[in-house]
Amino acid sequence: MNLTVILGALELGAIFSILSLGLYISFKVLDIPDLTVDGSFTTGCAVSAIVTVASSPVLGLILAFVAGALAGLVTGLLITKLKINAILAGILTQTALYSINLRIMDGKPNISLLDSKTIFTNINQITSYGTLIVLFIFVIVIVLLLNYFLKTQLGLALRACGDNEDMVRASSIDTDKMKLIGLSLANGLVGLSGALYTQQQTYSDITAGIGMMVIGLASIIIGTTFIKNEKVLISLIATVIGAIFYRFVLTFALQVGITSGDLKLLSAVIVVIAISSTKLKLGGKKNARS
Amino acid sequence: MLEVKDLNVIFNQGTVNEKQAIRHLNLTLNDGDFVTIIGSNGAGKSTLFGAISGDVPITEGQVCLDGIDITNQREYVRARNIGRLFQDPLRGTAPHMTIEENLALSYSRGKHFSLRPYSKKDHTVFKEALKRLNLGLEERLNTKVGTLSGGQRQALTLLMATLVTPKLLLLDEHTAALDPATSDKVLKLSQKIVEENHLTTMMITHNMEDALKYGNRILMMNNGEIIADIDAEAKKTMKVEDLVHKFTDVSEANDRMLLRGS
Repeated sequence: MNLTVILGALELGAIFSILSLGLYISFKVLDIPDLTVDGSFTTGCAVSAIVTVASSPVLGLILAFVAGALAGLVTGLLITKLKINAILAGILTQTALYSINLRIMDGKPNISLLDSKTIFTNINQITSYGTLIVLFIFVIVIVLLLNYFLKTQLGLALRACGDNEDMVRASSIDTDKMKLIGLSLANGLVGLSGALYTQQQTYSDITAGIGMMVIGLASIIIGTTFIKNEKVLISLIATVIGAIFYRFVLTFALQVGITSGDLKLLSAVIVVIAISSTKLKLGGKKNARS
Repeated sequence: MLEVKDLNVIFNQGTVNEKQAIRHLNLTLNDGDFVTIIGSNGAGKSTLFGAISGDVPITEGQVCLDGIDITNQREYVRARNIGRLFQDPLRGTAPHMTIEENLALSYSRGKHFSLRPYSKKDHTVFKEALKRLNLGLEERLNTKVGTLSGGQRQALTLLMATLVTPKLLLLDEHTAALDPATSDKVLKLSQKIVEENHLTTMMITHNMEDALKYGNRILMMNNGEIIADIDAEAKKTMKVEDLVHKFTDVSEANDRMLLRGS
C-alpha cells in the first residue's frame, strides 16, 4: 500500500463514517433497520452534484442534508402514520427515490464535477492532505454535535424510544414524533455523506447508494465490537473507527487482487461474520439484561 | 376526580371473535381514593386501565379526569396526568440507560422538550427521591437500569411514575412478578408514596389480603362489569374469607348462568 492508497482509504473512511453515524441514530439509537439509506445516499450525491455545478458546493452540502432528511421523514411517516413495517417502509422509499434521484440528476445516470469547484478545491491547492483535513473536521464536528444532542432532553427521549417505547409513552412523549425526528436526522447525515462523496470523487452516479446500508452496519458493528463501552461519545467514536477500519479492509482486499465487482460480496460476508460473532458472544449477556 | 360513564369496550367488533371486555361500566372516584380491584382473569380489570390510560380503544362511553373529557386524547397526552405500572417490572424503565437518565426523562413529563442538556441541577432532586426508596440506589445514579433486579426496577418505575405528581396512579398487579418479600416492600412503598402525595390510586391485585389491607375501597369485577363496590366502612369488618365467598358466589352464579345458556 502506498501513500496515495492509504490517503484514499482514509478519505473514504471519513466519508462513510458520517454515513455510519447517521445509521447509528436509526439502527442503534432508535432500533429501526432503516433501508432508506441506499436511496438517500444517492439523493445526497445527486443534489450535491446539481447544486455544485449550478451554484455553490457548500450550498450543495446543506441542500443534500435537507433532501436526505426529507427522505427519512417520508420513511418515518410510512412507519408511524401508515403503520407500515419498518423494513418495508425503507425499501419503498428507497425504490421511489431511484426515480426521484434520476429526476434530480436531470435524467442522466451520472454527472461529472470535473469542471466545477468543490469544497476541497481551494485547500487542495495548499496541501495534498486538504481533502482529508476538511473531511476529518466534518467528522469531529458531527461526533461532538451528536454527543451533545444525545444528552439533551430530546436526545434522551430519542434513545429511550429505541430502548423501551412503553416507558417513553408513559413519560408523556410522542414516540411517533421521536421516530420522525430520528429518521430525518439519520438520513440527513446520510445525504451529507453522499454529498461529500460526490465532491470528493468529482462525479455523481445513480447507483452510488447500492450497499450503503451494509457499509454503515458493518462500520457500527465492527466498531462497537472492538470498543465495548456504552458511553455515548465512545460508541460514536467507535463507529467512526469502525468505518475507517472497514474501508482499510476493503482497500487491502482490492490491493491483493480481489476485483471491485466482488467487493459487495465481501462486504456482506464481513457483516455476517461481525454480527454472528457479536451474537454468539453477547448471547448470555443479552438474556441477563434485556 | 375520575369519572367513567357508560364505558363499553368491544374487541374485534363485527367478527366471529367479537368480545365485549367492558359492559356499560360506570365508576366515579373521589379525590384521594385508593381503590383496590379484584376479579378473575378476563374480568376486564386491565382493559379498564387500558381504556382509562388510552392504549385500549374505547368503543362507547366517556372517561373524564378532573372534569376534563380525555376520551379522545392519545395515550402519551394522557400520560401527563396518569401514572401507570405493569406486572412486568421490565416494562417501565429503559434498560440501556442509567438511573439518572431514566429519572430525567420522567421528570420532564409534561414539560417542553428542549435541546438543552438534562440539567445537573436535578441531580439532588433525584438523589433525595431515591433515598426515600431505601434501596441504596441514590449512590448508583450512573448504573444502567438493566443491571438492577426486578424489585429494584419496579420501585424505580414507581418513583418515575410519581416524580411529577400524577392526578391518577394505576397499579396493574405491579408486584405479582416479585418474590413475596420484595412484593411486600414495593407495596408498602407504593402506599407510602400514595399517602405522601395524596394520590388518587387504583390497584389491581389477585391477593385478597392485599386488597383488604390497602386502600379505602374495593371493586370486584367480573365479565366486564363491576359486581361489587365495597366502601371503607364495610371493608373494615371484612375478612379474607368473606371476600373470597363473595367472589366465588358471584363467579359460580355466573358459571351456572353460562352453563344454562349453552
